[in-house]
Amino acid sequence: MAANAPTDLRTRMQVWLPKLVLAPSFAMVLIFVYGFILFTLYLSFTGSRMLPSYDWVGLQNYQNLFRIREWDTAITNLAIFASLYIIICTLIGLFLAIFLDQKIRGEGVLRPIFLYPMALSFIVTGTAWKWFLDPGIGIEATMHLWGWESFEFDWIKDREMAIYTVVIAAVWQTSGFVMAMFLAGLRGIDTEILKAAQMDGASNWNLYRRVIIPQLRPAFLSAFVILSHLAIKSYDLVIALTGGGPGNATAVPATFMYSYTFTRNQMGIGASSAVIMLMTIAAIMVPYLYAELREKK
Amino acid sequence: MSIASQDSAIRMSRATRTFIYLFLLLFALFYLLPFFIMLVNSVKPLSEITGGQMIALPEVWTIQPWLDAWSTAQIGVEPTGLRPYFWNSIRMVVPAVVICTIIGALNGYILTKWRFRGDTLVFGLMLFSCFIPFQIVLIPMARILGILDIAGTTAGLVLVHVVYGIGFSTLYFRNYYAAFPTELVRAAQIDGAGFFQIFWRILIPSSGPITVVCVIWLFTNIWNDFLFGASFASGGGAPMTVALNNLVNSSTGVREYNVHFAGAIMAAGPTLLVYIVAGRYFVRGLMAGSVKG
Amino acid sequence: MTFTRKLPLSAAAVALSATAVAAQEVEVLHWWTSGGEAAALNVLKGDLEGQGIGWMDMPVAGGGGSDAMTVLRARVTAGDPPTAVQMLGFSIQDWAAEGALANLDDLAAEQNWSDVVPEALQRFSTYDGSWVAAPVNVHSTNWVWANTALMEELGIEQPGTWDEFVAAMQAAQDAGYTALAHGGQAWQDATIFDSMVMGVGGPEFYQAAMVDLDADALGSDQMVEAFQRMETLRGFVDDNFSGRDWNLASAMVANGDALFQIMGDWAKGEFINAGQTAGVEFQCFRVPGTEGTVTFNSDQFAMFNVSDETAMASQMSMASSVMSPEFQVAFNTVKGSVPARTDISDEAFDACGQLGMAQLAEAAENGTLFGSMAHGHANNPSVQNAMYDVITAHFNGEYDAATAAEEMVTAVSIAQ
Repeated sequence: MAANAPTDLRTRMQVWLPKLVLAPSFAMVLIFVYGFILFTLYLSFTGSRMLPSYDWVGLQNYQNLFRIREWDTAITNLAIFASLYIIICTLIGLFLAIFLDQKIRGEGVLRPIFLYPMALSFIVTGTAWKWFLDPGIGIEATMHLWGWESFEFDWIKDREMAIYTVVIAAVWQTSGFVMAMFLAGLRGIDTEILKAAQMDGASNWNLYRRVIIPQLRPAFLSAFVILSHLAIKSYDLVIALTGGGPGNATAVPATFMYSYTFTRNQMGIGASSAVIMLMTIAAIMVPYLYAELREKK
Repeated sequence: MSIASQDSAIRMSRATRTFIYLFLLLFALFYLLPFFIMLVNSVKPLSEITGGQMIALPEVWTIQPWLDAWSTAQIGVEPTGLRPYFWNSIRMVVPAVVICTIIGALNGYILTKWRFRGDTLVFGLMLFSCFIPFQIVLIPMARILGILDIAGTTAGLVLVHVVYGIGFSTLYFRNYYAAFPTELVRAAQIDGAGFFQIFWRILIPSSGPITVVCVIWLFTNIWNDFLFGASFASGGGAPMTVALNNLVNSSTGVREYNVHFAGAIMAAGPTLLVYIVAGRYFVRGLMAGSVKG
Repeated sequence: MTFTRKLPLSAAAVALSATAVAAQEVEVLHWWTSGGEAAALNVLKGDLEGQGIGWMDMPVAGGGGSDAMTVLRARVTAGDPPTAVQMLGFSIQDWAAEGALANLDDLAAEQNWSDVVPEALQRFSTYDGSWVAAPVNVHSTNWVWANTALMEELGIEQPGTWDEFVAAMQAAQDAGYTALAHGGQAWQDATIFDSMVMGVGGPEFYQAAMVDLDADALGSDQMVEAFQRMETLRGFVDDNFSGRDWNLASAMVANGDALFQIMGDWAKGEFINAGQTAGVEFQCFRVPGTEGTVTFNSDQFAMFNVSDETAMASQMSMASSVMSPEFQVAFNTVKGSVPARTDISDEAFDACGQLGMAQLAEAAENGTLFGSMAHGHANNPSVQNAMYDVITAHFNGEYDAATAAEEMVTAVSIAQ
């Protein structure tokens, strides 16, 4: 930086200009993200019903929240869904990437096939899978028609199993994207290290386990961030696939918040559930961001 | 460079290789099946769908469902099909993606080449905005749009999408530019180039891959958005997702599944096109340092 | 009755700058997006266009109106409400309480609405004594739809009591048919539940439990019995009932695969679409135990406070059109419901429609016309949904009848 140059107008402008250009974005984020979060936080302490109202009721919404059965279901479902979704997507993405990286003929065809589900909106995915998994007209019916009478796959109608159908559809949608991230990671690995390891007589298995996969750490972290944020925000997919049902069996915090705020006219409780959702997101993201950004100086 | 393409290529037996091909093919099937079903059922007459199997190829091939979905399906009171809403979506998405990408690029440039105290904190704060669930912002955003008097207009919708896309575009460009040699920037500064000149002449020309990643991501997310489109557009100006929802989620009457599927594929058309055409650059762009870490 | 359908070019142009309106037009938010519903709505649109008022359509399907209500909140918060909104029951009251609705008193007085609209309906169309919405129709929800051929085959007469009803369903099940066609969605479970409550304890119990939300009534033995009746019905549905759409269940009855369906009278449209005639291939009768009572819901157009004077004038025209006898007949013959005015001739309606109109008038006279809880006309959305939760959980086997009654008390108290 030109620290010793005369502080004429041009130089001073060069110092201020970047901040000036950045400022609008930053201001927008402050208002439209953090401002709104604070607004929601405030609402969670009010007795808002259909529209925001500003009467203070303290912690009552939070107390009521934890008495509502659907909230318990929502949190449990999120835990089940998020852990399965993240783990399975990561595994599938990793293996697809590793296999695809083996000089496969037809990689140019396979890769778009793996990637395209991400292009579809969650509504389209949910609708297609809803049809596919319906016992009356989908896969179960087809198996019956093909002669396999005893085949059963009515998970989507089963209160215990319905959440797993959401996992299936969600994994279908995003695992290709995770694969792309790992593929990019694999192709960026320094080949010198590989050669050295192989000259030391490492087997394929050990090569991958000890050398390559650890080098993919940044990709694992990025995948984790993207997958967890999609998991927590999951609203469109659940609604399109099961409508939150059967009954409330596939409720997740996002659908709970929407339903209580907009359908059931209990905005105060909806806001409190939103605050809990945000706290969960923060609990995951903030440590990650801190670790990542601290190193990057 | 693929690991396997080196001289020190991973050696494997034929059995392993066959297994790998099988695995990949199986997954390809898994990914393609739902789409295949949608496609196949979108060219059948309705009688074949309600009467027959979903996997079977049509006995009677018809493109009528597609024509219906495009121009005569019942979306509201008028049977307009999806066509008018398609252009609404384009009118909204294109400006939003362009603006958001440019802003993201500038932000990334600033945060990596014009460091200042606290810039990491600023970046961290901006990054967190990627994670906010949209239902939370609906009501306060409506208030602000009302105050600015752009509620119910395309401009308002574009603003909303730009605001919530900035986090992502800044993330992509910032990580990309972080790997860009700073010496080139210094050299240009010494030569007397100014802030915008450096951006325009030096960074932009090498930003191809990451721009592709950013555009694909933003285009997909904004095109597929439903909530903002339904809430912040007026009836006639609504994007395609809202129209598709009206087509598919009508509460009474005969469900014309074939028209629904045709409509859904149509709605996904542009994003699919973008992914297929630019997909190769997508991986390259990711490789070039954006999301690796 | 034909109306010229002009393309809404003016509406399209204005849609790009949605605020100030120079030409006369109404912006209507609704969720009537299927073919049949749109046909009914087009009657209104054509009527208005004949008066020179443009129609700016704002359809938002999904969730039986829940997405539309979300969008409405956004629009109102933005200070840009639509002119008219399709709305049900308590939502109208909630919005009126926020001061968001316009005052239709002058028009109402001029056209004598208070004389022709049943009082139980007025309870929703008015707030604090002032008219805020124009009712379009009255659906009643305690109907049984039956397949005539199947009834003849099994030698069943229209059941008049609960026991006869159960016996009839048993006969159907024994013969290998589905006794009760049902879709396992919360609102459908609740629709049946309305009739069970009414059947067990009659009008007084319904009033106490569903409307007054009296904790004693909610936790009483009668409530337990209502839940037990639900369990009986549960034994008569087929295995695939979970999540089924209501119109598919109606199709089961129309096709002769199932004997009965308990559903509101919008189901009639499905039978008509299948080419059947009321009283011939299909029949309608009240759920046994609820004769003499009618549980209803009513679609209304709530008029929102708009600042523009031209818009206000258009609003009045629209409200006037909605309440006109010609429109009421034209709309309701298409939609399957009965008019919201009791002074209209039933000539144009089919057998079930005429029965519905007669019973509506009778119930209004006798004070046995009640808003349906399942459709948002007995209590507000938070309570209604809380009840949904309990009813559907019980129907799916999560509680027994006694626990369910207790849960009702708890759920309702949290929701208030």
